[in-house]
Amino acid sequence: MIIELGHYALVLALGVSLLQAVLPIIGALRGDRALMEIGTVAAKATFLLVAISFGVLTYAHVTSDFSVQNVWENSHSQIPLIYKFSGVWGNHEGSMLLWVLILTFFSALVALFGDNLPETLKANVLGVQAWIAAAFSLFILLTSNPFNRLLDAPGEGQDLNPVLQDIGLAIHPPLLYLGYVGFSVCFSFAIAALIEGRLDAAWARWVRPWTLAAWTCLTAGIAMGSYWAYYELGWGGWWFWDPVENASFIPWLAGTALLHSALVMEKREALKIWTVLLAIMTFSMSLLGTFLVRSGVLTSVHAFATDPTRGVFILMILILFIGGALSLFAFRAARLKAGGLFAPISREGALVFNNLILTTAAATVLTGTLYPLALEAVTGSKISVGPPFFNMTFGLLMLPLLLAVPFGPLLAWKRGDLLGVGQRLFAAVAIGLVVGSAVYYAQNGGPIMALFGIALGAYMIAGSLTELYLRSGLGKVTGAVALRRLSGLPRSVFGTALAHIGLGITLIGIVAVTAFETEHIVEMKPGMTTDAGGYTLRFDGLRNGNGPNYSEESGHFTISRAGVAVADVWSSKRFYTARRMPTTEAGIRTFGTSQLYVSLGDGMADGGVVVRIWWKPMILCIWGGALFMMAGGAVSLSDRRLRIGAPARAKKKKPVLEPAE
Amino acid sequence: MTRKQKRLAIIGGGVTFIVAAVLLVMFAFSQAIAYFYVPGDLAKAHLAPGTRIRLGGLVENGSLKRGDGMTITFSVTDTLDRVPVTYTGILPDLFREGQGVVAEGSFRDGSPVFVADTVLAKHDETYMPKDVADRLKAQGVSLGGKENIQ
Repeated sequence: MIIELGHYALVLALGVSLLQAVLPIIGALRGDRALMEIGTVAAKATFLLVAISFGVLTYAHVTSDFSVQNVWENSHSQIPLIYKFSGVWGNHEGSMLLWVLILTFFSALVALFGDNLPETLKANVLGVQAWIAAAFSLFILLTSNPFNRLLDAPGEGQDLNPVLQDIGLAIHPPLLYLGYVGFSVCFSFAIAALIEGRLDAAWARWVRPWTLAAWTCLTAGIAMGSYWAYYELGWGGWWFWDPVENASFIPWLAGTALLHSALVMEKREALKIWTVLLAIMTFSMSLLGTFLVRSGVLTSVHAFATDPTRGVFILMILILFIGGALSLFAFRAARLKAGGLFAPISREGALVFNNLILTTAAATVLTGTLYPLALEAVTGSKISVGPPFFNMTFGLLMLPLLLAVPFGPLLAWKRGDLLGVGQRLFAAVAIGLVVGSAVYYAQNGGPIMALFGIALGAYMIAGSLTELYLRSGLGKVTGAVALRRLSGLPRSVFGTALAHIGLGITLIGIVAVTAFETEHIVEMKPGMTTDAGGYTLRFDGLRNGNGPNYSEESGHFTISRAGVAVADVWSSKRFYTARRMPTTEAGIRTFGTSQLYVSLGDGMADGGVVVRIWWKPMILCIWGGALFMMAGGAVSLSDRRLRIGAPARAKKKKPVLEPAE
Repeated sequence: MTRKQKRLAIIGGGVTFIVAAVLLVMFAFSQAIAYFYVPGDLAKAHLAPGTRIRLGGLVENGSLKRGDGMTITFSVTDTLDRVPVTYTGILPDLFREGQGVVAEGSFRDGSPVFVADTVLAKHDETYMPKDVADRLKAQGVSLGGKENIQ
């Protein structure tokens, strides 16, 4: 009965979103306040209904109600409680429901916090959000219903895919979706602006917090997913250029571009049409990502068993929204007044440079991801476009941007002085060179590209700090004055610096691990030792154990440095009994920002075992940098200018008695 | 600079960058991609030695042998033709005889043995690399009860 309530709530949510998709837009067209107000109420109601529906599915998973097909297929009575929860979205149907839940959550947020928006804009935004919600609710109900019942309830479930039984998976999809789907708000704002044919700096100021919030969550989601793949898959890789990773990375690149172009629009009223187009494209890329992942057209870890009707349905949604949005853009963009001009060397110019590179890079990744599909459709030959392609193209394209990062915030608006900025960055360049040469000595050489990469990272970090240093006036004024100046700076200045520093840290981590990691594959018997990264590992032997729903064989290793034992690590191979599936649980030990990564292979007939050991120097910088970027996003989001400054609230409070037309 | 010159500088710079990016992508496509083959395709493919390809199929039953140390040999088959493969390293968790596999690597000069540097196995009980399933179907190989796999 409860299950049917959840199903019913979802149907109701579809109905309410259909109302929300039509009435507020008509209201905005006619200036009918009552109709517009329906949007606010409906958005909250839809969120509540989807939340009920999601809650019911969670309930079914937690209570292991195997009469529900979705629970039977993806859960087991013996798995730990947390994986009963995460199993809700560890499958196609549940994850789509989570998608819609987050979409309606954002609509509800707009309804709740959108009081300072012009009424018509808010009504149109909520209307567009509802179109998306309706399309995806319909998709779930018609092709991927999680509430389908089984006639004879089986006694036991088929278990959640073992690689998904991990704390990382409990967090990764919700974060990723918060980012992915969060961009829907920017999309809706763009469409609403096109419908109204009005676009000004205030629009950019309203869109920026949503972009920032979505971008921060997406950064977290991607970083989390990368770390999860790193420690759970047992291959020691942290990024595979897998189509599904790309599907989340392309919106991230586009979203990063949007974040920067909205800045130009807010401050200088320039790049208006471009910003609207970017807002549309960013969410379109999220939709495309959803299509690629959910339709199963691409081979991937994330492609759950799929059927073609789903692919066709999402493709229809994709064509409807992207095609519709772009047509509207084509018809209306000319009506939007273009903004002011600026010199090529200026803050605006730097941000255009940023946008040019980020969108080109996004287009490159998109091309590499879709090319195999296109080629197969046209010529029938099958190819794989892998890391070599992406490293070559993406790496080279991003290089000029990384060099330019510290310049951007130092250039003045309208007309900048490149030479002057170069002089001010002199110290940062010097720091980069010093760090590069230090690495050269520490490593006794090393590939020139790696030294350059690390020097570049150090230069970016130092360059971002240069801005704070210059703005505080440290060195010219007393410490107390400098501190006061610093605390008086807008938060977004710190946000920018943090995010750019994070980028530098991530770059250092990527370069260090790529260039200096070492891998050893050895056959070890108990008592044998092997060296990796300046440490010595002794294999102590194997032990068998049992978990709640798996059996495991664990190897124990003692790690020592210069003869002194400093740590130990367990590395295991698990065998999940319900699915008869083995997984590798790598043993990882952290030393500073570096890690030793131990993976167990097959046992040999003579009692030995094949062990794969990696030394991963500075690998934690990759995700540490992402933490800095997220912190940057959060700090910028807390900037006062984003919260107030928009049209005064007082206007809305006045009772206005206008006859409805 | 006049308005016109400013606009030209920005547009010109942008176009130059995009053209460079397109050329780079085209170059990378000619260099850094791997074609996918099943054993039956190889006879007519005339690959130059050292060309990186992906070889897909099923791990032939009874073909898995461990050599000295970490080197492993097995055969990839589409049930009609077969190709011997050597690989050094740890096989993925899901690597098993009779199951789908994709090996990436190349043939060395004049040798019929495929030297793989990457081996991918199917991800769970109902999964087989789509490339493999498609090709095997095209070769007329029955996949038993696994027709709905992706």
